[in-house]
Amino acid sequence: MSKNQEFVKFDKVDKSYDGKVLVVKDLNLDIAEGEFITMLGPSGSGKTTCLMMLAGFETPTNGEIFLDKNPISNIPPHKRGIGMVFQNYALFPHMTVYENLAFPLKVRKINKDDIDKKVDKALSMVSLSGFENRMPGQLSGGQQQRVAVARALVFDPQVVLMDEPLGALDKNLRESMQYEIKHIHESIGVTVVYVTHDQSEALTMSNRIAVFNDGKVQQLSSPDKLYEEPVNSFVAEFIGENNTFAGEVTNFQKDQCKVKLSNGSEIIANPISVSSNGDKTTVSLRPERALINTKNKMDNNFKGKIEEVIYHGDHTRVRIDLLGNKEFILKVPNSSANMDIKMGNEINVSWNSHDARALDPK
Amino acid sequence: MSSETGKILTTDGIPLEVSLKKAERKNKIKAFLLVAPLLLFLLITYIFPIGDMLMRSVDDKMVTEMLPKTFKSMEKWDGNEIPPEEVFEAFYIDFQKLVEEKRDGKLSTQLNYTKNGFKSILKKLRRKAKNFEEGNYKEQIMSVHKRWADVEYWRAIKRRAPAFTSAKYLKGMDMYKNEEGEIVSVEEDRRIHRVLWLRTLEIAFFVTLLCFLMAYPIAHLLATLPMKYSNLLMICVLLPFWTSLLVRTASWMILLQQQGVVNDFFVMIGLVADDNRPEMMYNKTGTYVAMTQILLPFMVLPLYSVMKTISPSLMRAGKSLGGTPFITFWKVYFPLTIPGIGAGCLLVFILAIGYYITPALVGGASGTLISNQIAFHMKSTLDWSFASAMGLMLLAGVLAIYWVYNKLVGIDNIKLG
Repeated sequence: MSKNQEFVKFDKVDKSYDGKVLVVKDLNLDIAEGEFITMLGPSGSGKTTCLMMLAGFETPTNGEIFLDKNPISNIPPHKRGIGMVFQNYALFPHMTVYENLAFPLKVRKINKDDIDKKVDKALSMVSLSGFENRMPGQLSGGQQQRVAVARALVFDPQVVLMDEPLGALDKNLRESMQYEIKHIHESIGVTVVYVTHDQSEALTMSNRIAVFNDGKVQQLSSPDKLYEEPVNSFVAEFIGENNTFAGEVTNFQKDQCKVKLSNGSEIIANPISVSSNGDKTTVSLRPERALINTKNKMDNNFKGKIEEVIYHGDHTRVRIDLLGNKEFILKVPNSSANMDIKMGNEINVSWNSHDARALDPK
Repeated sequence: MSSETGKILTTDGIPLEVSLKKAERKNKIKAFLLVAPLLLFLLITYIFPIGDMLMRSVDDKMVTEMLPKTFKSMEKWDGNEIPPEEVFEAFYIDFQKLVEEKRDGKLSTQLNYTKNGFKSILKKLRRKAKNFEEGNYKEQIMSVHKRWADVEYWRAIKRRAPAFTSAKYLKGMDMYKNEEGEIVSVEEDRRIHRVLWLRTLEIAFFVTLLCFLMAYPIAHLLATLPMKYSNLLMICVLLPFWTSLLVRTASWMILLQQQGVVNDFFVMIGLVADDNRPEMMYNKTGTYVAMTQILLPFMVLPLYSVMKTISPSLMRAGKSLGGTPFITFWKVYFPLTIPGIGAGCLLVFILAIGYYITPALVGGASGTLISNQIAFHMKSTLDWSFASAMGLMLLAGVLAIYWVYNKLVGIDNIKLG
C-alpha cells in the first residue's frame, strides 16, 4: 500500500492579517500520510498561522490547501475532521475527562456503547484509565496534556495538529511527553503536524522538520540532515550550536573554495550557497567538528588562545580566540588526553573543509 | 503517636498551639479593628432599621396601653353577650384618663381601623361622660348611643387587646381576621395589593428576561472584540451608569410621551396615524422600557466578567472536535457563562422587584409596583407599620428567591466580577 505523499498540500499559500504585511509568503509544503512533521521557527515566523489555516480558524489570503487532494479552504473547521491539541490544552473545564473525550463522538452521533469503547481505548493509550470521572481541574499539567492528546485522537482524525502542546510543562515532564507522543504516533500511524519553537523537541520527535523564518520555509528535511547540512545561515544558526566566520570567496572550485577572512587569513570551506569569486559568505562550523591537538590529517589547521573554560560534566566547552573570532566554541570530551586545557594556553584547532559550510552572508 | 503530636513544643519550650495563638491574636485583633467601623455601620444602618421595621409591623401596643384596666377586666368575659358592669367601669376609668391626657382622639382613630363607627360614638361618650354619676356605668354608657349596647363593638375592642398583631401582613395580602377570628380575603373589588404583588413579580421577571436577552450578546462582544473597540463599547455600556437615575428616567419621559420623539418618529415613517399615537408611558410599557434600559448594566457587567475568563481556544477546540458553531456554543460556551447569568439575573431581579423611582415617574396607574404602594403609606397615610409590613414581605420574597436560586444553581456558582 503506497502512502499518499501529498496527503496535506499547501499550494502557493499567502496570508496577511492587515493587508500590509505578509505573515506567510508563498508557502508550498507537502506532507505525506502518516508522517510526523514539525514546523519549527522563532515566534512570529508564521508557523502557528499555517497551523491555524490548516485547522480552518484562518483562511489563506491566496493559494489553496489540499487535504487528501480535496481543497479545504471553504470547509468550516468542524467539517474538516482534523484533531487539534492546543497550547493551553483547551479542555472543557465543566466536563469530566469522559465527557471531554466523548464530546467529538457525541456530535458525530455515535452510539453510547461505541463511545464507551473508544473513550476507554483512547484513555488507555495515554495511560489514564480510571480517570474518567475526574474534572480537568483535578489533573496535573501532564495529565491534562495527555487528556488533550487523547481527545484529539479519539475520533480517529486523518490529521492531528499540535500547537506547542508541551510549552507549559516542566523540562523532565516535557521530555517524557515527547517520547510518549512519538510512540503514540508510531503505534497508530496518524499524520501529525506539530508546531514548536523548541529545536530539541523538533529533532527528537519528527520525521521531517520545516524550519520557518520570516513567513517562509527555510529548509524542509529530516532532523539529521537539518543539523548536519543546513542550507542557509539562518538554519545553521537556529538549529544547534554554530561557529561562524564572515569573509569573501577567493578561490572558487566546484567542491572546495577558499575564504578570505577580515583578519587576512584564509580558510578552506565547502561551497554551499556561493557560486563565484568575490561572493560574501558566512562559513558555518559545528563545534564538535573541530578538534584540538589532533594527529589526524585535516586541511584546516590554526592556532588559537583559550579565553574561557566551562565545565559541563561529560564535556568541557572551550571558548577560543581563533582567526579574529573571539566567540569560537569547542566541545571537548572529558578524557585524560585533554588535561592541558587551561585559560591562556595556545592550542591547535583543526577541521575538515567538508564540515565548514560556506553559506549566504547574514 | 497522636498523644505525642498534641505536645509539640517550640524551641523555647512553650506548647506550639499556645505560641501560635499568641502570635495570631495580635493579627486577629488588628483584623477585627479594621472591619469594626464597617460592622458598626452595618449594625446602625441595616440590622437595626430592619429590626425596628419588624417590631413596628407587628406592634399593636398602643391600644393595649391606652386601655389597660378594660383589657384586664375583659379577660373573664367570654364575648357572647354584653360584657358585665366591671368592664364598663374599667373602660370608663381608662377613657376618662385618656380624655384628661387628650389622647382619646388617637384611641378613636385606632378603634375605627378595627371597626367603622367608633369615631362618632367615642366623641359622644366624651361629651356625655362629664355628667356621669358614680356607679352603674353599664346603663349610663349604653344610653349614650345604641351602638354601645351592641356586643359587636365590645368584641372589636377586645380584638385589640394583644400587644402584637399580624393584621398588617394580612392586609398586605388583601386578607383580614373576621369577627370569628378566621382569616378571610376581602371582597374582590377591594383587593389592591395582590394585583400589585403579581404585577411586581411579572415586571421584575420580564425585565430580567429582557435584560438577559439584550445583555448576553453585548457582553459577548465586549469580551471578544479587540481592546480598541471593546473599550469604546464598555464606555457606551457604562455611560448611563454615570448619569443620574432621575435624568435617565426623565429622558425616557421625553422620548416616550405621546408628543415625544419616538411617537414623532413613528408618525413620520407612517407606522401610526398622527391622531392615533400609542400611549407608551404611564402604563406597563413605559415601566418595561425604562427599567430594562436602566438595569441593563447590572446584567452586562457580571456576564462580561465571566465571559472574559473563557479562553477563546475552548470554542476553537469545540469546533475542531467536530461541533457545529451552535452545538459548541450550547455545550461549551453557554454552560461556562452560567455563573454570570445567575449573578446578573439575581441582581437585576432583586433590584427590579424593589424598584421605585422609575415606575413612579413613568408607570402611571397600571405600571406602579409594590414599592410605590409602600412609599404611599410612608408619605400619605402615615401608616408606617403597614409600610414596614410590606417592606418585610418584599424582603422575605427576595430571600425566598435567593434560597430557590441556591437550591437550583448553588450560590457558590455565582460570579459578580
